[in-house]
Amino acid sequence: MTELLQQLINGLALGSILALIALGYTMVYGILRFINFAHGDVFMLGAFAGFYLAPKIATFVPLPSVAGALIIFGLSMVICAALGVLIERLAYKPLRKRPKLTVLITAIGVSLFLEYAGQFFFGAANKKFPDILPTWPVTKVLGLSVNSNQLIVLAVTLLLLLGLRFIVMKTRMGRAMRAVSFNPEAAALMGVNTDIVISFTFALGSALAAAAGILYAINYPSIDPLMGIMPGLKAFVAAVLGGIGNLPGAALGGIIIGVTETLVSGYISSTYRDAIAFAILIVILLVKPSGLLGKKEVEKV
Amino acid sequence: MNLNLRHAKTGLLGALALCFLVTLFSKFINPYWLYILYDIGINIILAVSLNLINGYTGQFSLGHAGFMAVGAYTAGVITNQFGQLNAFASGGVFLGALLAGGLMAAVAGLLVGIPTLRLKGDYLAIVTLGFGEIIRVILQNVDSVGGARGYSVMHGWTNFFWTFGLAAVTVYVIASLVNSTYGRGFIAVHDDEIAAEAMGINTTKYKVSAFVIGAFFAGIAGGLYAHSKQYITPGGFGFMQSIAFVVMVILGGMGNTVGVILAAILLTLLPEGLRFLAGVQQIPGVTKMYPLSWVGDTRMIIYSLLLIVLMLTRPQGLFAFKKRQR
Repeated sequence: MTELLQQLINGLALGSILALIALGYTMVYGILRFINFAHGDVFMLGAFAGFYLAPKIATFVPLPSVAGALIIFGLSMVICAALGVLIERLAYKPLRKRPKLTVLITAIGVSLFLEYAGQFFFGAANKKFPDILPTWPVTKVLGLSVNSNQLIVLAVTLLLLLGLRFIVMKTRMGRAMRAVSFNPEAAALMGVNTDIVISFTFALGSALAAAAGILYAINYPSIDPLMGIMPGLKAFVAAVLGGIGNLPGAALGGIIIGVTETLVSGYISSTYRDAIAFAILIVILLVKPSGLLGKKEVEKV
Repeated sequence: MNLNLRHAKTGLLGALALCFLVTLFSKFINPYWLYILYDIGINIILAVSLNLINGYTGQFSLGHAGFMAVGAYTAGVITNQFGQLNAFASGGVFLGALLAGGLMAAVAGLLVGIPTLRLKGDYLAIVTLGFGEIIRVILQNVDSVGGARGYSVMHGWTNFFWTFGLAAVTVYVIASLVNSTYGRGFIAVHDDEIAAEAMGINTTKYKVSAFVIGAFFAGIAGGLYAHSKQYITPGGFGFMQSIAFVVMVILGGMGNTVGVILAAILLTLLPEGLRFLAGVQQIPGVTKMYPLSWVGDTRMIIYSLLLIVLMLTRPQGLFAFKKRQR
């Protein structure tokens, strides 16, 4: 029982990170109806932004400290948001009226470019992510060992989710986002500037991915330019599982995938870990392609 | 651009005879270049078979390396049961093993094809990618074929005749298939699935057959690959490898067999060219030693930029000289 609870806590921490990435997939899909394959690599760039910022920040704010970590978080999110907008403007925007396959291939190209340009410039070897947050010793609660980093992952994820919900539900831009995802043409006719809304969506999703990247790096402090591939794919599966285009669904899907994966590697075999997400994806697409919380779409001629 | 099929059978026989002749003289070819030639032939089979799925039928598979893995392991396990054989017997066993590998891959293609029928575009891509990864993870966990350590194949039976003979057969089969009355169905599925269905075309059957036929040839290519390298690891069939085949199809132009063959040749030679450039020790006028050694790491960056730039400027591929007849 204790072990099960322990695995659940570990899974929850991994799941929250996947949830943050999945939100980016689902938001972009909701608005543009395509999978931004490069999203997992924005996650990687977030971690690398933190890696390169840390020594610079350390010159005027001592690290590890909460203030320093906050600055690193904020700056990485801003950098990745700008990058997300740049990717959208350069690669996806010119293709908006083209067949979906063209955009998909471009997205794969952007993803490969970020990975291998990253390998070229950052080096292919693993890097140790610096300690940016003070940690307190592992505490035992009811026989469970809880790591301070895991708590921070959960807390930050919760805050970001609430922030996202606020932006989407309560602000003007959020209302515009919902309108565009509901019907882009009608929204444009009502005076919504769809280009700005799309850019904003990319910025928001990329910022969340950057936060996820740093949280991931704090928890598993070895980063490399290809680290985004698997979490990216799993987060995509999470988005599909929850119903693509649906924000609470993406968060739920992330948690489910993270917990399942941890349980499988804990109880069955860690070598099958990477196959689990895909098995879930195939089952969900066979049984309920619209996802757990998604709405059914009717195919029109 | 379609192949002129009027003399296709003659062409095929001629190609086979030519391959046989070259094989007789292959010991005069520098072994380094010979192995690159094998890679070219194998990649032609893979790219042309993937072109049936991604190009002519308009589906999007990112799992071709998985089918290749199935064929490679099947053929390797079969031929490893045999000791040293004379040339004639080894040819028979090898052909049998390659066909068995192809059939196993075709079964895998069927397994992938059926559940993915309801999916399109992005979803299909991700699910085929997932299937490829699942095949890889399973192979990593099967200890009798070495698991993650890899599997060594005893016989190096791949030669010029088998590689290019089978490449010629692949091109012949797929080109004739899509040009036949039956094969127009693939193109119909690609052009407009709903309209094709309304015209009475069983789109499901066409999509599954594209997957099965494509996987069969990928399996054969896998067998050739296993007997050329003589050492295979599950990691060698990851989805980066699948993406390399997708790049060949896209660069050549989806649904353009000649273009895809050219792209397969070009992209197989590209790493060799880069390796050559990276080995340049000194450029006259530049004093630094090894000024281009970084070039060797740029293969994947070039692939990715090719994909992006092609999609932005020339989505029909590099070698589309005239528009395909509709």
